[in-house]
Amino acid sequence: MKAFARLLERLAFTPGRNAKLDALADYLRHAPDPERGYALAALTGELELGRAQPAVLRAMVGERVDPELFALSYDYVGDLAETIALIWPAEATPEDLDLPMIVETLQDTPKTRTGPLIAKWLDRLAPSERYALLKLATGGLRVGVSARLARVALARLGTPGLEEIEEIWHGLTPPYRPLFDWIEGGEKPERAGLAPFRPVMLSTPIDRAGLNALDPSAFTAEWKWDGIRVQAVAEGGERRLYSRTGEDISAAFPDIVAHMGFEGALDGELIVRRGAEVAPFGDLQKRLGRKSPGKALLASHPAALRLYDVLHWEGENLRPLPFDARRDRLEAVVATLPPERFDISEILPFEDWETLAGLREAPPQAVIEGVMLKRRDTPYMAGRPKGQWFKWKRDPFIIDAVLLYAQRGHGKRSGFYSDFTFGVWEGDQLVPVGKAYSGFTDEELRRLDRFVRNNTRERFGPVRSLAPELVVEVAFEGLNRSTRHKSGVAMRFPRISRIRWDKPAPEADRIETLREMLATQR
Amino acid sequence: MPEPLLTPRPEGLYCPAGDFFIDPSRPVTRALITHGHADHARAGHGAVLATRQTLEIMAIRYGEDFAGRRQAYEGPLSLGGVEVSFHPAGHILGSAQIAVTAGGQRVVASGDYARVANPSCAPFEPVPCDTFITEATFALPVFKHPDPSDEIAKLLASMHAAPERAHLIGAYALGKAQRVIMLAREAGYDAPIYIHGALQKLCDYHIEQGIPLGDLRPATMDKAQAADLREALVIAPPSAFASPWVQRFADPVIGFASGWMQIRARARQRGVELPLVISDHVDWTDLTRTVTEIDPGELWITHGREEALMRWAELEGRSARPLHLVGYEEEPE
Repeated sequence: MKAFARLLERLAFTPGRNAKLDALADYLRHAPDPERGYALAALTGELELGRAQPAVLRAMVGERVDPELFALSYDYVGDLAETIALIWPAEATPEDLDLPMIVETLQDTPKTRTGPLIAKWLDRLAPSERYALLKLATGGLRVGVSARLARVALARLGTPGLEEIEEIWHGLTPPYRPLFDWIEGGEKPERAGLAPFRPVMLSTPIDRAGLNALDPSAFTAEWKWDGIRVQAVAEGGERRLYSRTGEDISAAFPDIVAHMGFEGALDGELIVRRGAEVAPFGDLQKRLGRKSPGKALLASHPAALRLYDVLHWEGENLRPLPFDARRDRLEAVVATLPPERFDISEILPFEDWETLAGLREAPPQAVIEGVMLKRRDTPYMAGRPKGQWFKWKRDPFIIDAVLLYAQRGHGKRSGFYSDFTFGVWEGDQLVPVGKAYSGFTDEELRRLDRFVRNNTRERFGPVRSLAPELVVEVAFEGLNRSTRHKSGVAMRFPRISRIRWDKPAPEADRIETLREMLATQR
Repeated sequence: MPEPLLTPRPEGLYCPAGDFFIDPSRPVTRALITHGHADHARAGHGAVLATRQTLEIMAIRYGEDFAGRRQAYEGPLSLGGVEVSFHPAGHILGSAQIAVTAGGQRVVASGDYARVANPSCAPFEPVPCDTFITEATFALPVFKHPDPSDEIAKLLASMHAAPERAHLIGAYALGKAQRVIMLAREAGYDAPIYIHGALQKLCDYHIEQGIPLGDLRPATMDKAQAADLREALVIAPPSAFASPWVQRFADPVIGFASGWMQIRARARQRGVELPLVISDHVDWTDLTRTVTEIDPGELWITHGREEALMRWAELEGRSARPLHLVGYEEEPE
């Protein structure tokens, strides 16, 4: 429990992804089995425990601590598990408890009886381990570890690479003994589950100039749709829909899964489609946000797949075939699938890059993000192989916004104000519309930092509010409607593309500009 | 009803019979000062009575002319018929509790105090009294500060695990900074420790007073030199972390030594990667233990979380009241 508690602390306080990976890999390397397997499952939310309810914990602590003192403390600390961990009256010298024992006991205990059990353990642990135990028991670890991050950490432990791990991940269950054995030099586990995920082939960005080095006749072109890349796998009666990092998202898309009456693995774009019209990304996001969508949402936001590729079909692995051959197979496959849920990504006719540039300039639907280029003669390869697939994205949207808040960065940006909130005019007020952390050079970062220090209005911890004077050009990929933002819009991937030292703040863009963009996206 | 020995006034705690204030927050004619932290020791009083070390610390911070007159405490003395004595508080170098006795009644104003061993000052001395005035900085039962040597072990372990990153530890200039340095030395860290310019004079003064801090070097150099500090331990006042001074270090680990670091949200709000729970105040356990030990007829509570301590007193059947004095910070900067 001690090592796990220490890991939770490191993950909670370490801001950077890389440092989190280090901490995770370090722990997984040293912790014994089955502890590390359970820890991994707990971190990624895959551990099934009878969750201890907050009411149970409150009742438990109420037997040891005066309720008024507890309430004052909870009010100050703000986190139930942390308050209990700190306030719990220590009985004797703390010892260390075995994490697997705790997990297995909790798994076998009915929810209503967890209270006294946890209390007994708390008596024997030090505060840090008490915190870890309570977080484990309540299932709310929230330390920023996704299953993806966990797999990247696992790939650092031994010879098996990320793609190999992703390929066998599904079908494995905690505490993942065969996985760790394999990573440490043992035998590769048999694929335990049917309908496994197959690592996805990805593209690299390219621009007009970069295309000149390529022969147009060696490539095919398709629209790049603004949805999410998925893999639909149906094998031996098992049906799964995976995100491109191998997360199983089947439960959120029963309307797709119900129609996967085939035997194979297909690669495509998940979109919300009404007839021929592909809905904007925001509509898909609504679906992504619901783990189990209701009937009304399924009817108003019907999901569909636009297919790019076929990886496996009726027992045959098609990935070694060149793209053109796979495309022929895909066309035959699509003809057998229900058209309201599955259609094919169209091949764009072009002879030279100029023709393609013309198509890219005038896409038939607003939700098209650019064009994809794929070499005709290459097999389907995992990862991002060089020179095979390219994305030539449409130019980003641009607005001029005013910097409103700045926050200090971490790690290499320690001491620099590097995280910015910006806004646009609504009447004579500035409303925040987004945050940006990137897009500027180191030299620009230094100038921005000086600007922040010289134009601070108020300080709130690491955040400063600024005199609304500096205009920045913000580039972004698209807009979504948002109820969480006061402005009603949320930007996708905003970054600072230019700093307009010359432009007066009153000339920055207005909220109406963004609202129009939102309307025309439809 | 006889006039109380001490009574809260807008300027601070006042003794009518002796005509003096204890740790007043505004300039007054006559002030008795418990210790040198800025929220207790202010410049501009007519006369100041304090321990010699507190007076010297005030002179370092505010200049030699920080008060009209100053008097170093040498032993019990009488002020307007009130007997005054100073007793160790175990908080920082020079810190004292002030006992005020008259008419068979004794009140002890403890200032800030701690019960954990601190090599820079004598340990807290429990003084029997009728009224004990306690601080309440960490007066919530969630504050149970760990052994400071365990916290320093965390720092040294982190330095070992990330040797390519300088470790910048925020620590208040008076008391905490020197405490962190001493703890690191006790743990066997004998490499040079780099200190921010704002700590220089107070570190020098500690050394002068016979507190060994080892090899200290200035951390106020240009960026090129700072590149050599990759593996270094650097101590700076918390305010330095908001200044461009930090920018000279490439990818540092930011730590902060404070009793507040026990609360995760407080550490995260400050962007602290390495929280070190090192405090020079009593935690809940030590505070309640001290009150029980002294067993005063009445408990007065000043700056901090009065409510929880009031509730504790109620449960214990102790007579207690909050003083609501203004002008004291959570922890002096």
